[in-house]
Amino acid sequence: MTPAPWFGRKAKAARKTARQSVDALPDGLWTKCPKCGEILFNKELQKNLRVCSKCGYHYILGARERIASIVDDGAFEEMDANLVTVNILGFEEYDDKLAKWRQRTGMDEAIVTGIGEIDGRTVVIGVLDFHFWAGTMGGVVGERVVRAMEYAIKNDLPVIMFIASGGIRVTEGLPGLMQMAKTSAACAKLHEAGIPYIVVLTDNSLAGVLASYGSLGDFTISEPGLLTGLTADRVAKQAQVVNVPDNFRRAEFALEHGHIDRIVARKELKSTLIKLLEFCRNREEDEEDAA
Amino acid sequence: MPPSWNILDFEKPISELDEQIAEIKRLTAESGEDRSQDIATLESDRDRLIEHIFSNLSAWDKTLLARHPKRPYTLDYVRTIFDDYTELHGDRLFADDPAMVGGIATLDDRQVVFVGQQKGRDIKERGYRNFGSAKPEGYRKALRLMKQAEKFHRPVICFVDTPAADVNVGAEQRGISGAIARNMMEMTGLKTPIVVVVIGEGGSGGAIGIALGDRVLMLEHSIYAVIPPEGFAAIVWKDAARGKDGAEAMKVTSEGGRELGLIDEVIEEPLGGAHRNMELAARNLKVVLTRHLDELAQLSIPELLDMRYAKFRDMGAYEEKSVAVDSVITDCV
Repeated sequence: MTPAPWFGRKAKAARKTARQSVDALPDGLWTKCPKCGEILFNKELQKNLRVCSKCGYHYILGARERIASIVDDGAFEEMDANLVTVNILGFEEYDDKLAKWRQRTGMDEAIVTGIGEIDGRTVVIGVLDFHFWAGTMGGVVGERVVRAMEYAIKNDLPVIMFIASGGIRVTEGLPGLMQMAKTSAACAKLHEAGIPYIVVLTDNSLAGVLASYGSLGDFTISEPGLLTGLTADRVAKQAQVVNVPDNFRRAEFALEHGHIDRIVARKELKSTLIKLLEFCRNREEDEEDAA
Repeated sequence: MPPSWNILDFEKPISELDEQIAEIKRLTAESGEDRSQDIATLESDRDRLIEHIFSNLSAWDKTLLARHPKRPYTLDYVRTIFDDYTELHGDRLFADDPAMVGGIATLDDRQVVFVGQQKGRDIKERGYRNFGSAKPEGYRKALRLMKQAEKFHRPVICFVDTPAADVNVGAEQRGISGAIARNMMEMTGLKTPIVVVVIGEGGSGGAIGIALGDRVLMLEHSIYAVIPPEGFAAIVWKDAARGKDGAEAMKVTSEGGRELGLIDEVIEEPLGGAHRNMELAARNLKVVLTRHLDELAQLSIPELLDMRYAKFRDMGAYEEKSVAVDSVITDCV
């Protein structure tokens, strides 16, 4: 048997067939990289923190997976889980949509907040989940963020917020928009109290969440390649007369224009966070060490 | 006679009567004939008609009114309300943004700082003002002026009138999201009273970037929304043509904002909308603004800041499930 060609039209066709046959494989074993088309063995992908081993594409992580990838051996305690979503506008389709996202993700809302340990240090963490209603911020998300920050102030703990959001949940109307003001106001209190605040942008970091507590950290780090900007509107790109850069509204664009401190690959995220936490730990801790 | 493009459909019967009245006035001026009786009748007919039409406006009609091409803009109010004003320019970092105006002004015996988005009246000015969509330099100019107000202990008045913030390449390059976020954070702790008034379109993040204040007021026919009604319809029903339903569902009107408990006061507009009587609209606004500034002047700065934080801290909807069921049962036993 002649070996399969490595390049050329035949090779391309062969790869396509291979991919299609992979699609037909039983669920849960293989995944195809949406960026490079590589067929990835799910167990390997999981071990690699859901990053494509070939092209480095960072899959969107759910909130629970994210927390597990950051804290020490599951050292995480959720807070404010008793806050329940309200259909404030009485919008008829709201409850159905909410039920659908809950069923699809097993989450009650688009964010999980709580206390975790990172390298033995206690930290307040908030993680948005893009899989739940595109990580949109409504009343519960806003309240959990603010309560987490207030808890951090009260207990003198650093805050890490992971952003993964399409913006404000429009079906919560004006009260939804006000979550921008509410969370930004809480950030003002956080800085006033001298609490370290680290923002981690992940795919997608957009609109009202980016334009509020997502832009107000002492440090802002970002995963590579993600989409970030005030809008995801690709129509705006087409309407442009001037040349739109290839990396427009990508993490690399944000770095180039000075909006973020660093782009950090997922496998280096935890060690980077540890470094930042080490830098901004409070004076008492330093004194304790010295004693 | 105004060109028809700046008359809304539901305003047409009103404008027809306006034309008739104007025509009679013109004829009587020529002939010297006294037809004041006819004019008075027509005018009272017209006012009744306006009242009737305006008592049945939908949220979408109000959206159109808020965007009315003849609606008074920020500088119209600035010129009318203040005895004297001096516009100040630039963010000291990159540029001056004509979509965001600001400066110092005198309101009776009080020195104030004003900022606000500015739309353009004709085609040329609309382009110059970027349709009232401010860029990062606009938000930074507004913040610079607010900081100045804080330093010199002057209250700030913010006029909100924007479809949205600018989201083009330049705005993203210079950090539009960060500029809006920073404004809200800084306004939370700004040690001077802030009164916000939505005069036309309160468009999403573009609006809230200058709308965190001790008082948030809306003109009767202005709107305030998380996204334009057309955008809402496009996201929720995948049909941008259903803006009418979107406006209704989002409760974009001043009554909606009041009902939701997010707006402190709705300021009455002249019969038929602010554009029919700019002077009166400005007078109404001035009375209300002055009253709020007087009230806020009574508070100490710490009181003011605590109230401001609490006001926005409490916004948004959620319910708290009781977690103390066990203890309740124990108490019963």
